[in-house]
Amino acid sequence: MPRLLGVDIPADRQVVISLTYLYGVGPKIARELCHKAGIDPAGKARDLGEDEVARIAALLDKDYTVEGQLRRQVSQNISRLRDIACYRGMRHRRGLPVRGQRTKTNARTRKGPKKTVAGKKGVKDLR
Amino acid sequence: MGRSTKKGPYVDPKLYQKVEKLNDVGRKDPLTTWARACTIIPEFVGHTFMVHNGKAHLKVFVTEDMVGHRLGEFSPTRNFRGHGGKAKK
Repeated sequence: MPRLLGVDIPADRQVVISLTYLYGVGPKIARELCHKAGIDPAGKARDLGEDEVARIAALLDKDYTVEGQLRRQVSQNISRLRDIACYRGMRHRRGLPVRGQRTKTNARTRKGPKKTVAGKKGVKDLR
Repeated sequence: MGRSTKKGPYVDPKLYQKVEKLNDVGRKDPLTTWARACTIIPEFVGHTFMVHNGKAHLKVFVTEDMVGHRLGEFSPTRNFRGHGGKAKK
């Protein structure tokens, strides 16, 4: 298993696919990387030579924000919104959807598991 | 979808004039405004705006981080007081 950027060990799949296991690398950037490094995207990742891995790592280092750095950037952006007390920041603080989605129903990804309220209409029907 | 770059940011002309005037004298009095859609530009930093939320004018002190946002984003129009009134009593 080749190691890229320290922690990440993409499996024995095609190179394009295994590159997407990195945070911040999707199909598009994976294809770009293969192209720029001159690697066959359909080849298996286990067949990558050390020099090829090094080439990909160098490219990522130079032109892309990935992994820890990207994670930090995202959380910094969110904490900026929180700090300035704007509408989006408030939604982040309260754990509600940020982009104007409905919250009467759904929104379970942001709100987490359902909290059943006793005495509310329809609770009896659920049992 | 964002606003066309060709037009540049929307800044309420009247509000901009007032801010300019304050900057010329070097004073920072609070400005009462209804222009919630007005983008905050670097000239606004350090000023205080009273931004209407449909009911009252809320005080918004503009910091550097707020540049690029709109005034209305800092003056919430809804006030959620929580569910479950009976249980609390």
